[in-house]
Amino acid sequence: MTTRRSLLATGATLTLLAPFARLAAAAPNPDARLLLIILRGALDGLAAVPPYADPAYTKLRGPIALSKPGSEGGVLDLDGTFGLHPALTNLHAMYRAREALVLHATATPYRDRSHFDAQNVLEAGSVAPSGANGGWLNRALSALDDAGDAREAVALADSVPLVLRGELAVSSWAPSRLPVPGDDLLVRVRQLYWAADPALAQTLYDALEVRAIVGDTSEQRMDGRAGLSIAPLASAAARILASPDGPRIAVLDAGGWDTHANQGGAQGPLAQRLRGLDDGLEMLKRELGAHWRETTVLVVTEFGRAAAVNGTRGTDHGTAGCAFLVGGAVAGGRVLGDWPGLAARDLYEGRDLRATTDLRALFKAVLHERFGVGEAALARTVFPASDAVEPLEGLTA
Amino acid sequence: MLRKDAAIAANRFGLGARPGDAAIIGSDPQGWLAAQLETARLAPATGQPESARVLAEVRELRVARQAAAQIRANLRPPPEQETPPTAPGIDQQAIREFGAFIREHYVEQTAERHRLAIAADRPFVERLVHFWGNHFAVSVDKQPLAALAGLYEQEAIRPHVAGNFYDLLLAAVRHPAMILYLDNQASMGPSSTAATFVRRNRGRELGLNENLAREILELHTLGVDGGYTQTDVTEFAKVLTGWSIGGALGEGGRAVARFGGDAGNPGQFHFRTLMHEPGDKTVLGKRYREHGADEGEDVLRTVALHPSTARHLATKLARHFVADDPPAKLVEHLADVYLRNDGELGKVYRALIEAEESWREPLAKFKTPHDFAISAYRSLDVAPDDLRPITAFLTQAGQRPYAPGSPAGWPDTAANWNGGDALLKRIEFAAAAGRRIGDRIDPLARAGEVLGEISEHTTMSIRDAANRGQGFALLLASPEFLRR
Repeated sequence: MTTRRSLLATGATLTLLAPFARLAAAAPNPDARLLLIILRGALDGLAAVPPYADPAYTKLRGPIALSKPGSEGGVLDLDGTFGLHPALTNLHAMYRAREALVLHATATPYRDRSHFDAQNVLEAGSVAPSGANGGWLNRALSALDDAGDAREAVALADSVPLVLRGELAVSSWAPSRLPVPGDDLLVRVRQLYWAADPALAQTLYDALEVRAIVGDTSEQRMDGRAGLSIAPLASAAARILASPDGPRIAVLDAGGWDTHANQGGAQGPLAQRLRGLDDGLEMLKRELGAHWRETTVLVVTEFGRAAAVNGTRGTDHGTAGCAFLVGGAVAGGRVLGDWPGLAARDLYEGRDLRATTDLRALFKAVLHERFGVGEAALARTVFPASDAVEPLEGLTA
Repeated sequence: MLRKDAAIAANRFGLGARPGDAAIIGSDPQGWLAAQLETARLAPATGQPESARVLAEVRELRVARQAAAQIRANLRPPPEQETPPTAPGIDQQAIREFGAFIREHYVEQTAERHRLAIAADRPFVERLVHFWGNHFAVSVDKQPLAALAGLYEQEAIRPHVAGNFYDLLLAAVRHPAMILYLDNQASMGPSSTAATFVRRNRGRELGLNENLAREILELHTLGVDGGYTQTDVTEFAKVLTGWSIGGALGEGGRAVARFGGDAGNPGQFHFRTLMHEPGDKTVLGKRYREHGADEGEDVLRTVALHPSTARHLATKLARHFVADDPPAKLVEHLADVYLRNDGELGKVYRALIEAEESWREPLAKFKTPHDFAISAYRSLDVAPDDLRPITAFLTQAGQRPYAPGSPAGWPDTAANWNGGDALLKRIEFAAAAGRRIGDRIDPLARAGEVLGEISEHTTMSIRDAANRGQGFALLLASPEFLRR
């Protein structure tokens, strides 16, 4: 039986978090890019980043356990303790190039296993469901705006997800195969909205701006909601983020992670989804070109899944899971977190990976280090009542 | 010209006014809505449901596909050989056939849904069908729901929308579409005969899947703050073990089917005794004696009349029909009516119609893409032969029919639907409709017939349009038409 400490001793490269009481003042970087990818449905963190050296892992996971590095369909080793799911080959290459890091055993403050409340907490940046108006990313942008540093954001979706909703107007973009309305009609509609409904007018204006950047996609096959690969949306995100005067912050939604039955191991439905995510990250890196250097990609989900496989070779709703931080601006090649272990007595409520790092510590670090959002704003307005949550340190280069 | 209260009745409670509605609704919009409920009690169809036939076919095609995959696996060259052998074609054909079968059913069922909605003479009841179908959502991004979702709505939801909530709940969660969507078909009690057999003879652990139990409590009945715990979810999941589908089981339950579980009627709800967890269970502090399939019904009967359920349903109804942020007093009143009438939905709808809050604020709700498209076609007052463009538009606008992507269904507040891209797509839709309709409709007169009074800006915009078709496009894109 391995205790938390003995596992830490064997996993020599597992990085302990040492948050500092005070943050160094970070200089806001006008070229910094951020893409937030929300994996809706609850990604199985123990399948994406299997702790293959944890003695309880294989038994808990039974028929869906992944095998050790080097064996057929084995995990891609990260640090001798954790590995990546074999479908995540591009992410693995980024990790080795020190452009990706993993935060494990992390969760929002929410503990009750409802997708919808958990997504609300994840995006609102609150302590409890419906605990804040709008989303944390919009409030972070407002804080920057107040400090004279205005930045635009866009949602790669038909409508703006909660994390980006709030005081600041935010645009959205999604692929279209509908015929473009004639300019004359558009002018008339815009006039009507400016006169009768200015909020609608602003919304329409922003949408047209973004569409002008991405260009015509009517020939491309794009279906972010139903398709397995996020590559097409990632490609659009790259074009938006690379455009000289375009938005610097984007949010991309990817659903389909709710793997209750027959989720598979090295192959199978979850492996396909992960491959789609992996393709998207690679596409983003390629299309951002020189801007990749300035980019941070946050990949998060609402909660992890139960530690043990369920009765139908899937996994039920759980608590802690993993998050990724990827990009040229990331000081990567590390697995962060305080591993609680998978032994029965270490599991949260006897069934889930215990959360030892608050996901907000990761969000705060990115907002502070890359965008210079101040400590006071982070602790009070961006993430209400979060004084006790110290930002992680030194995540970006 | 449509009166203000008639416009609320037709557009908010119904699916959008048709040109003749002013005369039909007359001076008593409340009476017009209430009368629709009188005729809404439909006897559920007897005999074998269509969904059972479809599911049986799905199974046959799956077997063919698996057999084909097996053939291909046997033909696979040794790993060192790089080029694959020339495929015999049969497996690809089986996969194509399966996909085509599912697609055909989906296209047919969504077209039928649009057809009924556009032609509905009882649009309030039709809206209730959509509302409850969304409350008990299944999503076609999971196989093979695309071939079942429309039938599920017809068979399980439609007959019960004006009846008692318990009957609606039972019909929804026992329907094979829901059982499959929330993975209950192979969930088995850890101590059940089936799990014990599999453990002894195959050395494999099979057991609970708590998905259906959790979503019934969280989404269908009590609501997320309704006062249940993880233990309640697990215990309820045990209660529901055995709630499955007749015929041979797919993937997870193959072993069980093989060792002689009774088959039941293929493609229909079937209680599998051998998979049921034996023993008494305690859910929400109440003890349920072991009695097989009836346990589940007993728990559902209890949670259906729980105060948390009343509150949850009242909130959702008030949000759908009155305002995104519904008045607390109205929610309380509806919940009270629900409980006093033992979950009789007709009484709740009547209370909603009679409530002063329902008539106070016109255009309080931003239409979903579905509302928008259906009301646009209703305003044209033509039954289109080809309904595929509606599905195409809804897919583009982020509301592909029966594909909410999660068991919570589509969201019901403006913030989820008024994004810039979605707005642009509505304008594109309006432009296309205007081009097609040409000068056949006088847009300003039509605006009065379907919206009632409109703003001066909208009036001027339509009047000044380059031609009638463009005027009609401006009517559809107007701030008034985007709302209900």
